[in-house]
This record gives sequence, structure tokens and C-alpha cells, in this order.
Amino acid sequence: MNDKKKIAEKTIQFSVNGQTVQAKEGQSILQVCRELGIDIPTFCYDERLKIDGSCRICLVEVEGARTLLPACATLVAEGMQVQTHSEKVIEARKEILALLLSDHPRECLKCEKAGECKLQDYGYEYGVDEEQFGYFVGERCERDLDDSNPFFIIDRKKCILCGKCVRICNDLQCVGALHYANRGYKTVISTPFLQDLNDGSCVSCGNCVSVCPTGALMPKKPESYRSWEVKKTTTTCSYCGVGCQMDLCVVNNRVVEVKPRKGAANNAMLCVKGKFGYNFLSHPDRLKTPLIKREGEFVEASWEEALNYIKEKAATVKSEQGDYRFAGLSSARCTNEENYLMQKMARGVFKTNDIDHCARLCHSSTVAGLANTLGSGAMTNSIEEVLRSDVVFIIGSNTSETHPVIGAHIRQAQAQNKTKLIVADPRKIDMARDADIYMQIKPGSNIAILNAMMKVIFDEKLYDQAYIEERTENFEELIQTLELLDFKELCKICGIDPETVRRAARMYASADRAGIYYSMGVTQFASGTNGVMSVSNLALLCGQIGKESAGVNPLRGQNNVQGACDMGALPNVFTGYQKVTDAAVREKFEKAWNITDMDDAVGKTLPEIMDAALNKELRFLYIMGENPVVSDPDRHHIQKALSSLDLLVVQDIFLTETAQLADVVLPAAAFAEKEGTFTNTERRVQRVRKAIDPPGQALADWRILQKLMQCFGYDSNFESAEEIFEEMRTLTPSYAGMTYTRLDTLDGLQWPCPSEDHPGTKFLHQGRFTRGKALFVPIHYTPPVEEPDAQYPLSMTSGRNLYQYHTRTMTGRVEGLNLKEGHGYVEMGPATAAEKGIVHGDRVKVSSPRGEIVVIAHVLESVQEGLLFVPFHYGEEGANVLTVANLDPICKIPELKLIKARLEKCEAAL
Amino acid sequence: MINSTQYAHIAAQNAMTSADLKEIAQAKKKDMAVRFGSVQDHAVHILVCGGTGCTSSHSEQIIEKMETIIAREKLHNVSIIRTGCFGLCAKGPIVIVHPEETFYVQVKPEDVEEIICGHIQNGKKVERLLSKDEQGELVDKLQELGFYEKQSRVALSNCGLIDPENIEEYIAMDGYTALDLVLKEKKPEEVVQMILDSGLRGRGGAGFPTGRKWLFAHQASGDKKYVACNADEGDPGAFMDRSILEGDPHAVIEAMAIAAYAIGADEGYVYIRAEYPIAVHRLQIAIDQARAQGLLGRNILGSDFNFDLFIRLGAGAFVCGEETALLNSVEGKRGTPRLRPPFPAVKGLFGKPTVLNNVETYANIPVIIRKGVDWFNAMGTETSKGTKVFALGGNINNVGLVEVPMGITLREIVYDIGGGIPEGRSFKAAQTGGPSGGCIPASHLDTPVDYETLMQIGSMMGSGGLIVMDDSKCMVGIAKFFMEFMVEESCGKCTPCRLGTKKILELLEKIVSGNGELEDIDKMEKLASTMKTTSLCALGQTAANPVLSTLRYFKDEYIAHVEEKCCPAGECKALIRYRITDACIGCTRCSKVCPVGAITGQVKEMHSIDPAICIKCGACIQACKFNAIVRR
Repeated sequence: MNDKKKIAEKTIQFSVNGQTVQAKEGQSILQVCRELGIDIPTFCYDERLKIDGSCRICLVEVEGARTLLPACATLVAEGMQVQTHSEKVIEARKEILALLLSDHPRECLKCEKAGECKLQDYGYEYGVDEEQFGYFVGERCERDLDDSNPFFIIDRKKCILCGKCVRICNDLQCVGALHYANRGYKTVISTPFLQDLNDGSCVSCGNCVSVCPTGALMPKKPESYRSWEVKKTTTTCSYCGVGCQMDLCVVNNRVVEVKPRKGAANNAMLCVKGKFGYNFLSHPDRLKTPLIKREGEFVEASWEEALNYIKEKAATVKSEQGDYRFAGLSSARCTNEENYLMQKMARGVFKTNDIDHCARLCHSSTVAGLANTLGSGAMTNSIEEVLRSDVVFIIGSNTSETHPVIGAHIRQAQAQNKTKLIVADPRKIDMARDADIYMQIKPGSNIAILNAMMKVIFDEKLYDQAYIEERTENFEELIQTLELLDFKELCKICGIDPETVRRAARMYASADRAGIYYSMGVTQFASGTNGVMSVSNLALLCGQIGKESAGVNPLRGQNNVQGACDMGALPNVFTGYQKVTDAAVREKFEKAWNITDMDDAVGKTLPEIMDAALNKELRFLYIMGENPVVSDPDRHHIQKALSSLDLLVVQDIFLTETAQLADVVLPAAAFAEKEGTFTNTERRVQRVRKAIDPPGQALADWRILQKLMQCFGYDSNFESAEEIFEEMRTLTPSYAGMTYTRLDTLDGLQWPCPSEDHPGTKFLHQGRFTRGKALFVPIHYTPPVEEPDAQYPLSMTSGRNLYQYHTRTMTGRVEGLNLKEGHGYVEMGPATAAEKGIVHGDRVKVSSPRGEIVVIAHVLESVQEGLLFVPFHYGEEGANVLTVANLDPICKIPELKLIKARLEKCEAAL
Repeated sequence: MINSTQYAHIAAQNAMTSADLKEIAQAKKKDMAVRFGSVQDHAVHILVCGGTGCTSSHSEQIIEKMETIIAREKLHNVSIIRTGCFGLCAKGPIVIVHPEETFYVQVKPEDVEEIICGHIQNGKKVERLLSKDEQGELVDKLQELGFYEKQSRVALSNCGLIDPENIEEYIAMDGYTALDLVLKEKKPEEVVQMILDSGLRGRGGAGFPTGRKWLFAHQASGDKKYVACNADEGDPGAFMDRSILEGDPHAVIEAMAIAAYAIGADEGYVYIRAEYPIAVHRLQIAIDQARAQGLLGRNILGSDFNFDLFIRLGAGAFVCGEETALLNSVEGKRGTPRLRPPFPAVKGLFGKPTVLNNVETYANIPVIIRKGVDWFNAMGTETSKGTKVFALGGNINNVGLVEVPMGITLREIVYDIGGGIPEGRSFKAAQTGGPSGGCIPASHLDTPVDYETLMQIGSMMGSGGLIVMDDSKCMVGIAKFFMEFMVEESCGKCTPCRLGTKKILELLEKIVSGNGELEDIDKMEKLASTMKTTSLCALGQTAANPVLSTLRYFKDEYIAHVEEKCCPAGECKALIRYRITDACIGCTRCSKVCPVGAITGQVKEMHSIDPAICIKCGACIQACKFNAIVRR
């Protein structure tokens, strides 16, 4: 080990262009020259990809070598003499450029890539002028253009075959949609069997587009502009919780393109939504002024009118009913600063802990469960660590669709690190196809499968005795429970053959570094907290928490759901999970906020808020950037609850299904229109930066909140998001060491970061658990709340797909995404479909005791028989028309993942 | 399903020992005695060439017919042996009758009756099927032909002598004794040292010392190593590797086992093009037999050495003869070259240390081990040891396969062995080394053939294709032919080769169509040298060699095409014209054969050709009995 380290640090002395330089052994000539600021041209080189050495433009002269050598692929050696710009080198580069240009359309004047095309740039730099363009007069290869994909085109005429698109598609995205076809001069970038790109395995991530040096892979964009008109702003993606870094390219206050940046979590990768899902920003439906509902119709209003209306209406309610009883729903889509201010408003201005947000529906069971067993309810490890895991166990997460960049990381780990993959999911999702062991468990049987695996590990003594003794407590009780369990019975409950369970258990337990990745498939059950604690039990049993590339990793669904929780947009805690029931904590906040009489009891959770609204216990609900009508269980129930309120205020960027029920709608700025921070799923706080102005009178959410606080008599005078962050961090130990300056320069910071000299925390529980020793909590399997019966003979589960996001507020307004998956559907197995005479594409009715939806049938082998899958994105065609709030008693998460349902074929097409 | 045929280790308990090997050899030698000049046992062995060349001129039907007649005549002492190539392909199909060793050429199925009933039953040789020497005398023994006189057969030593589908015949020729020897008496490093000392160099083209390759792979650390054999012979006109696999496949198997032992590998692959069905078939039979005998599998010859061998078929891409592209293809990937370093000896097949040699190189190994380093060393020149097999083709009388000691002159190969140029024409050039090689002009006919000398004169040894061109060949046309091949066969990975080959071809097309300018020749020369210094793999670096070497020796021909718009050899259609001279007597034969009606004229009057209609097919010249039509 030490020897290896020494070798890695060995210094090499050699010369570049006559100057003696030093480099580390193992560096390429190109790497060293880049560090020295010597410009060597490249087409096929990308530091993330395996060296291809095919374009030959980076050739340099090395004393004694028979030929010129590619700088990208040639490692420096002691005494080497390198010439990067000798006459021979320049001549060769000119010749290669002339060759490329001889086969390239001369369309620079009308090419959208002009100005950032590497071929054009180098042609200019090396003076390959018109005379040399005419150097070869022959054929130009006629190659097809593929414009089948809604987001980008492949114009093969402009392709110089650097192969970066092929390599990123196969080696980083790992979907294999692009490869080469033909040979020699006729070589083209192709899809398998020459099908249209849109018909193959392409997931439209656009990473190929991002690396193309010429105009061969170009995004489809309606507007025309020149590259030098573009102003770029680096920010954080506003879709899922991965927290990809990106540049927004702006022309005339309009985002015209998105380009990836190399962030710690995304390695300069994006998914289809991040790369192409930006057009909602300039959509004509954006809210531009405040709206007040008068006689059932929304009427445009000024900010002053709208705020006065709210104030007066609240006063009227108060005078009529004694109190308006305020509750707030904060937003996992908004920044940390805004969430902080929202809970400050609820607690400081309205003196209530009735504040919650949709984390209640996704990971409240994680927060409750892991806080209990480990002391901290967040992803223990960092995303990039997965590249070095020996085993990855995915349970209840459709990773490649809901966290595409993490899905790609896991596949990279499989390909490059020989990482083994175990997947347990009721549907044979894409990740399952790549798995070493796939267990198609029955929905709702997570606890059974986890217990069964633990039983094997216990019986075969595969657990980590030393770790258990040193770092955990309550192991005895776990043993007693495991001893009681009947392994075969558990396997029967999951529907998995015992040998497969044994293999999975052994694979997980025998790994040096094994990470569990889970998501809604574990959390959204009435037994969700127990499910999460079972996951924790398994990981602890094998000593997999508190070390790198291992851990328990709940994948957070929304861009800032981690941050919204961290900021205390929850009924029981302030920022950083400081309990509202702790008097000392309350005192700290009262002092800082200059108020008294704070609510000292735990507030209502989101489903309880809805129930309280329905039974008139609450009168005034303030919703920031959430759409519970679509996202929450039992749509009709939610609509009824919201309609029962005396005052519903919604601030959002569009007139959502929820906003339509509001009395006052306030227009907010989208992520690209404001400053702030998001905290991603790996606890990394990253900057959000303003690229464009908001439309009309729309304002950043924090500005709206501050106006409202002022309106209700609280003196709040923040001038910037940064000032809010500064206040927040002084009150939040886990964020105390973060400043905007640090976040700007350091690729973000991961909490806990208690002081300004603290580097942030890559993985949790190293050496010591947040709660001291980790706790085993033995769990018994409990069946789902709703089970199929005669009237509703099928099970139904819900989830998401790659192309839509949450309630489609944003993605529903992006044309290409709707072309991909624009309508509600139900997935079912072939036998389930056949029983009802249903074929793929039929219109079918799915019903539950709560309601019915009419959607398109997708008949797929990947779905187990007797199970329906309905995505929740699609409003009236979405799953939540049918779901119900059967709550987990501990964290109040509804059992969104499993209800009973009925399926019928609709007669005659509509 | 695991079975003992496919996985020989299952049958390891039946594995052969050294003693068994000797026993089989002795028994089989008796069987084959007649073929070594013994006449005592009344046996008759008829050897029929079963190489690809003779097979395509119906040697299989000859064998069938012989079997029928032998059965009919109940000739129990006559055996028919289907062998590999004898070498003299120009005269195939070839049949040799032992014990007299009578050498019949260009045999047809209808000649069989006469051979069996006339010669074998009644001792009357079929004279019309014997070949003649230069003086027109009948030659009835193979060894008496000038063709064989200057050859030394090492790699080809068993070709044409044994039945390649019978492992016992190979064993009778001391087969597998070299493997037995190294397993019993040599440490792996001693084997490597022997190959180093032998001076054997890669016969696939570049001539890298085989022993050094083995040494690197031997020294490379790794839990798993491979040996691989390059049988993707792709040079137009080259067929030595095919012939070795068709005629003596066990030699390659034995050699690969020796290589595996020397470097510490236990698994091997032969990458062979699917266009070689007979070679594939015979190699598979040989592998199966070796496994069945325990000569592949576990604990070979009672040692603790394990080795097994598999075939991978290539789909016929020339570039897959490049070693790293070959490795990619074996792995199931697109056949494009990898960057080197790392070299295959360090990081080869599936990323593991791999020795990759071509068929002919391997075929030398068992002989070197058996006969010793000194014996091998004595052949050849200072730096090029041993022999080299060449496939003679083009305008040469004895088209076929020859094996000569290194250092022999080109003249000896062309004239003494090859029998000179047909139709009394004169030698213009010889292309060696396939498309990556170069053309050698008549002025270098006396140059010794070895790696260094060929390189110095702008060509290369290559895998051993040797195409002779007479004075009717246009050298610009030859360059164009090879560039067309290279445009087809460039893998397309790196820029200079993908586009450079195409652009050079376009310039050549421009020149042969009469539109060339002097500048084009310079452009071509410059581009060709850029490709040499900038391409990724050896294929790209040498792709322009046909242009560079023809420019080196035949620049005047290029200039004639450009300046005078004329093709001195009269081959480039766009630059030639047919004209009827006043030798014409008006016989009308020419106008009758003209396929496009370009020739007009009255009977007994001079005819004329309309150049606008003429397609320059040359039919009129052949038809004219008065030499009245000229091409210029």
C-alpha cells in the first residue's frame, strides 16, 4: 500500500518546448501541458472517458519516437523531450484539420454551432484557409440526419467521428443507444440495427449532445441566436434530488439551452429533464401578477391589493371565529432560505408549529426511522462513493428513472469496478435488467424480504460480530426476533424462491463495502418507518454504516426536499432537527427572532392539516410551491378539504390544480430567477443563481414571504437570500460553517459542517453514530392495510417515470417531455390484461373506493401479474385519484404504494 | 452441458503419457513407411492435395472417384490420403503416388480411372499427367522439380506429407515431442531463452523478435494469461497461414501449448477468418483430437501443465489482423485497434498478459525445439534467421507456396523457383508485404530477402504475399488497386487513415482519368507521409506505402499520366486509344466482335474506330489476325 502510494507520488522531470518541467508519474503529456497552460487541441479527449486517441489532433513530437505521439495517451517519462508546436506538429495538425474539413459541409455561416465549434476554432487557429479547404476536391460523404428524437438531432454530415458521444453513452450513461456502424470512410454514429434514435434504448439524456465538438449533435431549439450572444449562469438543477450542476445559457432574458457543469454529484452529466426540460420558464402560462378570486373568477391585482386582501380576510375570519388558525405548507422545490423563512413565518409570526411539506409523503418515514436507529435521517454516504462499492442493493427505488444520474453512476460502478447489483422491486425496472440478482417481490413485502435476508445472515453467521459489539445496541432482541421467524414463510410472503434470497443475503453480507439505496418503494407504506428501520437493521448487522462506499442511502425525490427538512419545514423541529419541544431551543429562536410565546407543541402533519381543514379546525392555509391536489392521496378528499377553508393562499409559478382552488394566488419566481441554495440528497448544499428576471411582477418566494410577514406586523428586512442564509446558519449547528463564499468556491458543502474551517462531511457516522451507538429495532412483517377483495381484486402501486416530474407543473409544459410520456397510463402484466381482453394501447378504467381514472393500458412483461402500476404525475389521470391516506402511525406517511383496485376495458374509443 | 469432447479435462484420466506418444509414433511410422521411400510392404499411398486451391479445382471429386474405383477393384493395399498443400498450386490438383513418388499435375476426375487401373494395377505411369522441366523432359518426382530445389521446408515440413485430420500421422512425424520435451526438461524461462536464442522473428509482418514478446509476457504479473494465434491472414494474395492450418494444424496447437507453458497461460484462442472454412474445419478436428488424447486439457503429458484452446471466427476485416483490433474482436467488440502501449504482452486479451503470434511463427516453434537453436540459427542471415514462406502470385509461372531460407535473392525466388514470367514478358516489379508493403523494381532483383533489406528499399517482409508484375502493369493502377483495398479496409477509427486513404484514392482516380496535375503528386506524397507519422495503428501508418513505393521507383509513370496524359503500360482506359493502322485488309472480324459497334468500314477496305463509342475493351485487338489494331 505504502509502496503504491510512493509510486503514485513519484515526480518525473522532462522538458516541454525546451523548458524543464516536473510532473507526477502517470500523468499524460496533455494533462501536464494543460496544467502549464500550453494549449494542445483535442477532439476526442474528455477527462471522464477512457482515452480513445482516435482524432490525432493532439499529436506532439517526442524526441526519439518513430511517429508523432498523441498527447492524450502518452504518459510522461523521465528525460522525455516534448515539442507541442514544432513545425512538424503544426503541419500534421493542419493536414488533419484539412482532412476533416474536406469531408465536412461548408455551412459555418448558417451552422448553429458556429462560435463554439472546435473544428471551426482550430481551423481558424491553425490557419487552414480556403486554399487548403480546396486541398481536396473529392467526395463529401452523404450521411443521414436523424431528427426522430424530440430534443436533439444527429446531423451525421457534420460528424468528425471523435466518438465522444458513443463513449459517454456506453461508458458513463451506460445505455448503449449509440455506437458505430460501417467501416472506414463510411463509418457513422448509429443506433443498434440502424433504427431511429427515438425507437431505441436512448433515454434522451443529451450527454452526447453536451460533448459533441461540432454541430453534429445539436439540441432542437426554436430560437436562433449566435453563441457569442449567450450569457451563462451556473446553478443547480431544480428537478430531482441529485443536485446536478449546470449552466443556464441565456439570450434576451430567456434560457435557450442548458449545459452540464462538473459538480461533485453529477460529474458533468445531466438527465433528459435537466438538459432539455427548461422551456417551462418562458411558458406563456407563467403567473405574472397576483390574482384574487372574486365571485369564483380570478382577477388580476397588484401586490398591495393582494396582500391587503389577505390581511383583511384573515382579520375577518379572526373576528368572526375568534381565530383564523393558520397552517403552512412549505416547499421542497424552493430554496433553503425560503423554507427557513416560511417556518419562521409560521412559528414567529403566526405562532404555530402547523407547518409541513411534501417530505411527509416521501421520506418522513426515513427521517423518523433512521433518526431512531442512527440518530440522523439522511443519506449516509455521497453519490460518487457508489463507484467504489462492492455491492449495491437497490430496494424500492426505480433509480434509473427517478434519479437518472445516480442510476448511471451505479451502472458505471458495475462496468468499471465490477460492482455487484441486487435489486428488489415488484416491477422489473431497468436497473433490475442489469442486476446480478433480481427479486421480484410482492408489493408491500419489504420487511419480509429484509428479515429473510437477515435470517440467512444470522443463521450462516455472516454478520459482523466485532462491529455489532463495538457500535450497536439491542442486538440480543434482534436475535430473539430472528430466531422466531420462519424463513420459508417469509420467502413465501415475498414470492421469492429461498435459494435466491440466500444468494442475495450472502452477496450483500460478504461484501467489503455494500451500499443500500432505497426510496418510495420502502417509505410509502403504513409500515414505512418499520421498513426503514429494517433496512437499517440489515446494514448494521453487516457493519455497513459509517464507512465509505457503503451505508443506508435514501434517495430524496425533489431538488430541495433534504433542505426543506433541514430548514425545519416540519411540525416537530426547527432548523437542523432541533426539537420544538425543547425549551432551550425555543428560547434561542425567540431571542434571535425577537419574539415571545412560541408554540411549544408539535404541530400537525400534512394529512392532519388536510383533515383539520375539512373539519374546520383550520381556517387559513398558506401553500408555497406545492400541489397537494395532485401529489397527495385521495384527490377528491384533498379538493374537499381545500375548498372548506376560509382563506387559501397559494404562491407558485403556474396556476396549478391547487392554486385554482385558492382565494389569492401570488406569482413566484422560478429557480432560474433567484438566488439561494438547495441541499441535495447527499446533504450537499449548493448555490442557486439568478440567470434571468422573473416574468411580470413575479417575485422570489422569499420576497413574497417577507412582504407577508411585514403585512402581519413582523419587521423583516432581508435584502438578499444570503442575509437569510447568514441568520439561518447562526441558529443551525449543522450548517454553521457554511457561507456563500465557501459554497461558491468549494463545489458546495455537505452537512454537518459545524465551523468555517470544517470541510463538510462526506459520509455520516464515522467512528460514532449521531445517537452514540446504533440501535437495532426488530420488526415483524405486517400486511398492507388494503388487500384485494372481491370488488377490487387487484393491487395497485404508484410511482414516477423518467420524462415527467412530480405533478407536472414544470414538465407538463415542456413539449418534448410530453411527446415522450404525455398522458396517464396503467401498466399491467400480459395475463392480467388478457383476462380483461385488454391489449397494449387500449383505453381502460381503473377504479378504487375513492374514484376512477380512464387511462391507456401499457401491457408489459416487467409487471407482475395481479399488480397495476399507475404514475401519479397526471392529475385527473393520475394515481392519487385512487389512493387513500392510510397513515403510518409514527410519521403519518400515507400508504401510497399499495391500494386495492379494479380494472375494466373501456368500450368503444372516445 | 459439460462433456468430455468439449472439455478435455473431464477425460484427463485417459491422458496420454510420453511413453504412449512414442508407441503411437513407432506404430504409425510403420504404417506410413511407404511415404518415406520404403517399398517392402506392398502398400500404395495416393496423396491428393486437399488444400483450398486444389479443392476448388475438384480434388474432392478426384478422391471420391478413387475411393469408388478402389472399392470396385478391391485394392486393399491402396490408401488415399488427403493432405495439405504441396505448394505448386499453379499445377493443381496434384496427386502423388507412393512408393514411386510419381507426381501427377492438373489431374481431373476423369483421369482417375487411368491412374488406378493403368498405373497402380499395371505399373504404367500416366505420362500425359506428368510435368515437364524447362527442357521439356518429363519429370516424375516432386523433388526433381526446380520449384522445390532451392526451398527449405521448416514451417511447411509436414504440409503435403501427412493427413492433417489424423493426429497419429502428426505424432509419427515426431509431433508433440517438442511439447513433451519442454514439459519434462525445461523450465518456462528456459523455453523463452531458447526462442530468444533462435532469433525467430514474427512472420506476420513487423518481424518483432518472438522470444522478446514471450519474455515480456512471461515477466508480466497476472493471475491469468493467454496465448493467441493470428490466423486472420488478410493480405490479398497471401495464403501461407491458411495452408499451414489446412496441412499441419497440430504444429500450431503444439506451438501454442509450448508458448502457454513458457509464459504461464492456460487458455488460448485462434482467431481465424471465416473465409477459410477448410482450415477452420481441420483445426477444429485437430483441437478435438488433441483434447481427446489429453494433449489439451489438464495435466498434459502427465505434467501439472493445463492448457485449452478455442477458435474464434473473424468476419473478414483486414484490420483484425492488427493485433489489438484482433484482441478486441476476440472479446466480441468492434474490431478497431487499441492504443499501444500497453502492449498485448502486458495487457492483452481481456486485459491480461497475452502472447499473440501468427500461424507461421508458431509453426516454426516445435521444429526449433526438436532440432535445436543451432540448427535453426544456421539458416538465414545475421539478423533474419530461418526460413520464410511466400505466396507467389501475379504474373509468374509457378503460382504457389514456397518456403525459402532468409537472404535468398528475389531473383532466385522469381526465376529459379517461380519459373519466371509467363508469355515471355519481362519483370517489372514485385509487391511484397501486401497492401502495407511496397513494390520492388527490377533493379533490386538481386537484393537479399530479409527484414532489414526489404525495409531499406521501401517495402517490407509482411506476412509473405509476393505478387509479381510484368511490364503490362501500370504502377499507378497498382497503387490505385491497393488504395481501393485500403479505403474498404480502414477501420475508420482515426482521422488520417479514415480520410487520408479516401483522399489519396481520389487523387489517384484523378490522375488515371487524365485530369491529374503535377501538384496532385506532391499532395499525395505529403498526405502519405502525414499518414505514416500520424495514424493510430500500423495499418494506417503503412496504408499509403503502395503510393510511396511506386512514387519512389516509378515516378516517371505518374508524370507521364499527368503531363503526357498517357499510360505507358497501356492499362488506364481513360488514357488509351485504339486505332486501326493501314495493315488492315478489311476482313471485318474486328467490327463483328466489337460489342458497341464502334468499328465501321467496308469489306476489304480499311476500317476505323470511333473513339467516342469505343469502350476500350480490347476485343478487336484479340480478333485481328494482322496486328492492324494498336493501343496507344
